[in-house]
Amino acid sequence: MSPGHYLALSAILFTIGGVGVLVRRNAIVVFMCVELMLNACNLAFVSFSRMHGNLDGQIIAFFVMVVAAAEVVVGLAIIMTIFRTRRSSSVDDANLLKY
Amino acid sequence: MTAGHLATAHVVAGHVADKQSGEPFFFWFLAIVSVAAALGMIFMRKAVHSALLLATVMLSLAALYAIQDAPFLAFVQVIVYTGAVLMLFLFVLMLVGVSSTDSLVETLRGQRLWAAIGGIGFVVLLGVGFGNAALGDSAGMKAANTEHGGNIRGLAAMLFGKYVFAFEATSALLITAALGAMVLAHRERTSPKATQRTLSVERFRRAAQTGAHPGPLPGPGTYARHNAVDMPALLPDGTPSELSVNPVIAARTDTAHRHTDLDGQTERQALDRDVRAVRTATGTAEPETGAATEEDEK
Repeated sequence: MSPGHYLALSAILFTIGGVGVLVRRNAIVVFMCVELMLNACNLAFVSFSRMHGNLDGQIIAFFVMVVAAAEVVVGLAIIMTIFRTRRSSSVDDANLLKY
Repeated sequence: MTAGHLATAHVVAGHVADKQSGEPFFFWFLAIVSVAAALGMIFMRKAVHSALLLATVMLSLAALYAIQDAPFLAFVQVIVYTGAVLMLFLFVLMLVGVSSTDSLVETLRGQRLWAAIGGIGFVVLLGVGFGNAALGDSAGMKAANTEHGGNIRGLAAMLFGKYVFAFEATSALLITAALGAMVLAHRERTSPKATQRTLSVERFRRAAQTGAHPGPLPGPGTYARHNAVDMPALLPDGTPSELSVNPVIAARTDTAHRHTDLDGQTERQALDRDVRAVRTATGTAEPETGAATEEDEK
């Protein structure tokens, strides 16, 4: 399998994640779509690592996973805080800074 | 890894290109599964379904890492993503409320259409970019993985050598994230915690004012025939009590029709009918009188 196949799959998954971020209203689902985009990037990194025959891409993918884990913790805590004060996890309802 | 070594690895791998048997089959299988699950994820209305489909995508990606000679990342993917991150997602979903579904109202007109058009355009852009790039064949991981005696050893040598500062920065990031989560999840108590005594006094005051029952609600289930939590208990007059069922379950199913097997009869008549059916099936003779009173005892 050429790396092109893996990169195409990665691009498709990344785009699906991006479209999900654009169309979904539930903050948690939006967050899951962001995770999907990060995962798609990881797949591209691993494919590039294999294409070049060195481990740097896998190291970067590993760091992406670490950052994603930290990001999920903080992001979900923020969603929980907003839900606690506004009783809603919809991204349309958190518009207090707009006015 | 030195530059010279890299170059030789390229040359060697260009001929060998560690191809795995069955890789195309696994790739296409996992690609179809992951793309279908990802599409399902953005189309499912319930957030829990989206989370489970995301788990499918992540497991497929773990398998894709494994067939690309990245065993460490494959396991980290399963442990960190499917194990920790997704469970965190599901945990928050349970706290926020499983029944929360997205509204289908478009706040911006034509947003979905334009998002879809933008997505297709982006895929085309990336596809054309990859198509024009001189990707060549994979060099393969065999040389890199065997250099330090294995994939994990190689990763460790890089992580604690070339990338040690990034690794240390990661520790700062993780500490900050943990602190941030604690600060965000912490709630300052503005009123003193209600004691059991005040709660009890309050309950009886409400009972005196509104006539609400001060004791606990009736338990679910009619234990002679059913013992599920979605079975409403029967009141002495034979009508089901909605209070005995958890409101979440009561909202989801029509608990009033749970006792349809009674066919408008009383519990005892239904029981008699059951006993008769069993007797005819097993061929046991209908006893004269004694058993009837015995059934009444039940």
